[in-house]
Amino acid sequence: MRVRAQIGKVLNLDKCIGCHTCSVTCKNVWTTREGVEYAWFNNVETKPGTGYPTDWENQKRWNGGWVRSASGKLHPKQGSKWRILANIFANPAMPEIDDYYEPFDFDYDHLKSAPDMTAFPTARPRSKITGERMEKIEKGPNWEEILGGEFSKRSQDYNFDQVQKDIYGEYENTFMMYLPRLCEHCLNPTCSASCPSGAIYKREEDGIVLIDQEKCRGWRMCISGCPYKKVYYNWDTGKSEKCTFCYPRIESGQPTVCSETCVGRIRYLGVILYDADKIEAAASAERETDLYGAQLDVFLDPNDPEVIAAARRDGVPEDWIEAAKVSPVWKMAMDWKVAFPLHPEYRTLPMVWYIPPLSPIQNAAQAGQIAMSDQMPDVRSLRIPVKYLANMLTAGDEEPIVHALERMSAMRLYMRALSVDGVRDEAIAARVGMSGRVIEDMYKIMAIADYEDRFAIPTAHREQNEHGADIRGGCGFTDGNGCSTGEAGKTTLFGGKKKKFALPQETF
Amino acid sequence: MHNFLFGIYPYIALSVLLIGSVVRYERDPFTWKSSSSQMLRRKQLIIGSILFHVGVLVIFVGHLVGLLTPIAIFDAIGISHGAKQLLAVIAGGIAGVMALVGGGMLMHRRWTDPRIRKTSSFADIAILALLLAQLVLGLGTVFVSLQHLDGHEMTKFMSWAQGIFTFRSGAAAQIEGVALIFKLHLFLGLTIFLVFPFTRLVHIASGIFAPLRYLFLRAGYQLVRSRRHRPLEERRRAYDKVQAKRGPSATTPAE
Repeated sequence: MRVRAQIGKVLNLDKCIGCHTCSVTCKNVWTTREGVEYAWFNNVETKPGTGYPTDWENQKRWNGGWVRSASGKLHPKQGSKWRILANIFANPAMPEIDDYYEPFDFDYDHLKSAPDMTAFPTARPRSKITGERMEKIEKGPNWEEILGGEFSKRSQDYNFDQVQKDIYGEYENTFMMYLPRLCEHCLNPTCSASCPSGAIYKREEDGIVLIDQEKCRGWRMCISGCPYKKVYYNWDTGKSEKCTFCYPRIESGQPTVCSETCVGRIRYLGVILYDADKIEAAASAERETDLYGAQLDVFLDPNDPEVIAAARRDGVPEDWIEAAKVSPVWKMAMDWKVAFPLHPEYRTLPMVWYIPPLSPIQNAAQAGQIAMSDQMPDVRSLRIPVKYLANMLTAGDEEPIVHALERMSAMRLYMRALSVDGVRDEAIAARVGMSGRVIEDMYKIMAIADYEDRFAIPTAHREQNEHGADIRGGCGFTDGNGCSTGEAGKTTLFGGKKKKFALPQETF
Repeated sequence: MHNFLFGIYPYIALSVLLIGSVVRYERDPFTWKSSSSQMLRRKQLIIGSILFHVGVLVIFVGHLVGLLTPIAIFDAIGISHGAKQLLAVIAGGIAGVMALVGGGMLMHRRWTDPRIRKTSSFADIAILALLLAQLVLGLGTVFVSLQHLDGHEMTKFMSWAQGIFTFRSGAAAQIEGVALIFKLHLFLGLTIFLVFPFTRLVHIASGIFAPLRYLFLRAGYQLVRSRRHRPLEERRRAYDKVQAKRGPSATTPAE
């Protein structure tokens, strides 16, 4: 047993209202710079849809994630080390910027500076790369918002695998849900495995996966390696960038910006202890449907005295062990089994998990005669097909999803009985294998979701991680170039700088 | 002048190459990159870049082996000068055409595609132009070489290059009477060495070392960095030592 700690995350899709506050605050903090206008470390997709970048889930096309060979060994789907190096001159599986969208801005100034004209002045779009006029915007960061576009296009969604999707294109039967996405900070990341320069690494102390901007040489293998397409190439600096899990905030005990600002309070952060020795075996599980269970086995129970002793021996700080005991992530993933990894079949062992959403009864016409089992609606008759959720969260295995939805459904029933009738109906709880007390705890954390219940983040131990003498005279948090004065964007001896980008002005 | 260009300038160029690269690597690691533009436009890059890079690499290795292997070794293993020259002309010619075609595609793309054009720096275009010029000159020497197939001229360049690298005085005199196109090719080559640290060419160095590290030094695929003062094994030993002192009853330290 080799105990490590990671700050894990759970997103409760049952409560996501698709307001994009997470995406916007994240962008304002991290990606307002030239070269990454198109990059959204956090984005919210409307599902069903092909997402951002388009069709990202289709690994036949993008070659992300891992594959298990016949001998049971894992190698990145884009190829083993030799194969990756063979593609170093041109990466055939890398998306082009048009697969995300060409960043644009509008001539807002024209609205107030236009001369007297017969027609009303408009703000027309221009490309943020070339500055040229864009006559038609073909794509944006959230192009399928609230089921935008034709069903025939949206239904290319990979999660429709083995779902009779045609009926969901009909108005009466359609369904939608939101899927906020960010870097998964995987236990077995393909981005770092694909990097020939060794610039991408996982931090031992908190599990955050980062790109060393000074080591990145722009070989671009991480972009095709990541099956979630959450590594972005900055075309201005020539380096890859990704979600940093707001590590400067996490280190000081604060939630990530997306979590902090989440209006629906759907985001949870907490410590998960895991056994680093089990990662390889778990990721190599033979059947894809076994991967969810295999990942559960990697996690270590923070209340087990043996685990606690091993954690102390391996240097996990005491307050991290304590935080693991009250971790909302542990409760939702392990105790209640309502949270699931996103696409475990990619074999990356992701650490940002999702609670599947409940949805209205499938058909309004049937509302009077819904399939009920023991006073509870049959979750298989909900509008969002269970198979669809299973394709997204458990590699197609419906059982765990049904189990979770039943528990969430039971939570509502139990709490309604409690608050309306004043009855603690243990029978409801017992039907889903829980007790009333557990359901009330679940309600407190998942429904009420107080700030203190959502986030249990111990601070980083600087006394363990830093030598005072090393950081003396240092320059703190800098953007890329360390203490060197050769800043990005300024003309230096090494690497002449192109002209500063400015949108052309309209002249009359 | 001849002595300066081919006796002293090589040392200037190589010194700048070496010192400049070390300074840039140490001082401005953030600027050390390949500056790929594949993200902005895939068209023409896949074929162009592969042709260009494979061609240039073959030429580079060919020059390295061809120029710096002592002549005595070729004589010892029985490769005649004429045969070596023929090999250089054929292999170099094919690789040169590959690189020229690929480089031409890359230049066309860089020059005409608005996305690439707008995001290119002066150095990006200039270095590609230099390399293309060098390729044209290099291919031009083939026609001169075909006029004397005995390999006699070629050995002059070998003596010169080896003279430079072994700090022998009078290296420049070895190539006193060669055709102008050879001299231009040599001069431009040295100039490319000179500007190496100031352009995206630095990614060549990473392109050589990174794969070696990736293949042979990294065990498995994953990388984990720790900021803790001591490695895991040491932490465990220290912990066990403390535990032993507490006596057999204490399995965990007092809280």
